Amino acid sequence: MKIDSLILRTMVRYLFPLLLLFSVFIFLRGHNEPGGGFIAGLVASAAYALYSIASNSIEARQVLGVDTRLLIGIGLLIALCSGLPAIFAGESFLTGLWGYLSIPGVFKIEIGTPVLFDIGVFLAVMGVTLTIIFALEEVE
Amino acid sequence: MMIALTTLSVFGAALVAPLFFRNKNKLASWLIALLPLGITIYFASLLPRAAAENPETFSFNWAREFGANFSFRADSLSLLFAMLISGVGTLVVIYAGGYLGKNPNIGRFYAWLFIFMGAMLGVALSDNLLLLFIFWELTSLSSYVLIGFEHEKESARAAALQALLVTGGGGLAMLAGIILLGQISGTLEISALLSNTSTSLSAGGTAVQSHPLFIPALILILLGAFTKSAQFPFHFWLPNAMAAPTPVSAYLHSATMVKAGVYLLARLHPILGGNDIWLYTVSGVGLITMLVGSYLSFSQTDLKRLLAYSTLGALGTMTMLIGLGTPLALKAAVVLLFAHALYKGALFLVAGAIDHETGTRDVTQLGGLFRALPITGTAAGISALSMAGLPPLFGFIAKEVVYETGLEFNPWLMAAIIFMGLSTVFVAGVVGMGPFFGKLTESPKKPHEAPLSMWLGPILLTALSLLAGFFPSGISNLIVSPAVSSVAGEAVKVKLALWHGVNTAFLLSIATVIAGILLFSIRNSLRGVLQKIEWKWGPAYFYTLSLDGMNALARAQTRFLQSGTLRNYILIIILCVTLGGGYSLFRIGGFDILPQHISDVKFYEAAIAALILGAAIAAVTSSSRLGAIAALGAAGIGVALIFLQFGAPDLAITQFAIEALTVILFVLAFYHLPKFTQLSSPRARIRDAVIALFTGALMTMLVLAAVGVHISDSISTFFVENSLPLAHGRNIVNVILVDFRGMDTMGEITVLGIAGIGVYALLKFRRKKGRE
Repeated sequence: MKIDSLILRTMVRYLFPLLLLFSVFIFLRGHNEPGGGFIAGLVASAAYALYSIASNSIEARQVLGVDTRLLIGIGLLIALCSGLPAIFAGESFLTGLWGYLSIPGVFKIEIGTPVLFDIGVFLAVMGVTLTIIFALEEVE
Repeated sequence: MMIALTTLSVFGAALVAPLFFRNKNKLASWLIALLPLGITIYFASLLPRAAAENPETFSFNWAREFGANFSFRADSLSLLFAMLISGVGTLVVIYAGGYLGKNPNIGRFYAWLFIFMGAMLGVALSDNLLLLFIFWELTSLSSYVLIGFEHEKESARAAALQALLVTGGGGLAMLAGIILLGQISGTLEISALLSNTSTSLSAGGTAVQSHPLFIPALILILLGAFTKSAQFPFHFWLPNAMAAPTPVSAYLHSATMVKAGVYLLARLHPILGGNDIWLYTVSGVGLITMLVGSYLSFSQTDLKRLLAYSTLGALGTMTMLIGLGTPLALKAAVVLLFAHALYKGALFLVAGAIDHETGTRDVTQLGGLFRALPITGTAAGISALSMAGLPPLFGFIAKEVVYETGLEFNPWLMAAIIFMGLSTVFVAGVVGMGPFFGKLTESPKKPHEAPLSMWLGPILLTALSLLAGFFPSGISNLIVSPAVSSVAGEAVKVKLALWHGVNTAFLLSIATVIAGILLFSIRNSLRGVLQKIEWKWGPAYFYTLSLDGMNALARAQTRFLQSGTLRNYILIIILCVTLGGGYSLFRIGGFDILPQHISDVKFYEAAIAALILGAAIAAVTSSSRLGAIAALGAAGIGVALIFLQFGAPDLAITQFAIEALTVILFVLAFYHLPKFTQLSSPRARIRDAVIALFTGALMTMLVLAAVGVHISDSISTFFVENSLPLAHGRNIVNVILVDFRGMDTMGEITVLGIAGIGVYALLKFRRKKGRE
């Protein structure tokens, strides 16, 4: 399938990085403000989907750099692994563990295993969505 | 601790076996046989403790809520059985090395053989009924793989499936029975059941047996035991299982697995026995099996089938004896179990050796082999004598006790036992003597002596038959006496002796041997007469009938429900939800509690509702596909607005993102869709409209009812209060997703992943199929 539209291509050139940045933003604010891994994954997928419509799915796959099916697996694996530290700490599987990441006097943020879990959700959602979209696009 | 480790170590051997046999080392089977040999010696060292009623035990909590524990207990009955398993196992492991020598799949064979051995040891040593059940099913499973080892043969596959369905089905019935028994008595530990005054007959209690659920529990457990031990009418799988390689037949289908049912009956006799149902069911089924097996063995010509039918006869006899339940009968059952394992194991291995060396198992083509196979022939001859029940072999002692039991009851039973005795003498002659003596018959392969690995087993088992015949008192004090005591549930002193003097049992036994020899001498004409009688309506026929029936039912309902049309799937799903959900809602009175104050609805809420409604109507009535999709999008955005309205920005954002992606998906799919026309008839459309309206109405009711009901305090208070302190986040929705309900999310993304891969597969492989 080919949509040859100068407007779309030009627009995507600017929209693509913006959408990706936006998805990272949504992801990071997710724990305290509306957002999170699921939504961020959908937004990132939309970015790649737009890119592939404007050019084609092969180029979009190249920009992504990872097989979308692999992305599903990686996401699930990360989510699974994020539950493991709790087991070693004697808690039940997937219990959130939190700590601080800080450079004294410069910044100090909380970080914990649920962040890792959310990254897993993000990648899995992105993998599933893009697997379907690219496959649909490549149907002859 | 050691008992559990022993069982585990056998499973460990299953893991390493394929590596062991990778480079076809001839010594591999000898080396790996050291494990079961060591285990046998270990079990033997436990015997004195078991005889002194202080058995080795081990217990480890597993799932306490279900009453399942890793508990093992090695009393005399368990040890007798376990030593048979590991002892015969040792010989079979060595034997299979010679028998399957060059087979490329030998590593896999040994892996499954050891899995079977471990599972069987587990059955023998488990002190928990659920644990026993797990090992029990594991033996069915490994038996399935081992029977079907030569999987290129259709007959082997069918036989394997038949054995699995019959024994596995019985196993499931047994599980139900075990659970019922656990509900009645409150425990699943066998030792607790045996010692508890309310559950064990021997302790004088009858509480369990007078419970209304006792009879169903008993029948279900018996079903498990009967299927496993190939009792009538489930006997047909055993002769067919002879499709397995001979070491497997010798080990699983003669010496050990088929005796698991007998073991279970013996084990549970003090808990379930002693009532009329037990007496008549168990001894009746055993009696019929004994007669059927004995009768059918006369007409066979295949060495292994001959042995299989005579094994049926022996299994039936043991079952019948346990059903009778007197101390003498139980003694006869235990002695016969032991003697049968020795002589039948040896003869099975001999049959395999004959097959291996001559290329045939047909007794009409075999004769005069003794000169070529002197060692195998010696083992066969002496074991046949033990089977026929001649002194001074152990088989003689076993037969005498069985005959004495028959005399203790009534002449009819005695007559049936003599019939069994006749067939035993006959089969012993046909299998153990026929091929070796008489005129040398031309066989497909030029016969020569079997290798050491293949005659060692028969010779050792035969030697044991002799040894046990000469020293019966040692065996009776060490194993038989305490084993019979644990079957009886009370201390029974058993004396075994080779010579009882001339009594009725002895005279009958001599008469049986003479009559058996006569039958043996006219075996060819006897076979000719019996083979003319055909049984069409046997249980195997009903097995085939029910299997075909089930397949037909499965096909029919698949064709109806899985029509392959997306529309029908959606229709079925929606109908099920509407009817099921509507019925439940109706039953709890959900239709009565609708909130009354419509006036609270604000005007912009009404506007959003109108937008969604209008969009939905437009989507249904639109004359273009683009219009329909746009209308659907509008409806989705309306829903997102509602989310926003009620303070769920996360949901709203997700909804918007989904709408956007839907547009993208639609754009991609647009070109591939067929022309947008009316494909359904007006009647179908009216039907769909009615269903859709009902579903919509139901969902509305459901939502209203859900809002109106306050079953308990909302859980959201908990989330609001604990989101920040416990999960370090202010966005409750996200905290729930990634922390409080992390496990749910984990499951959801897994489902999502599977769905994604499913869509991918559908899209990618659609074309290929079309081209073919």
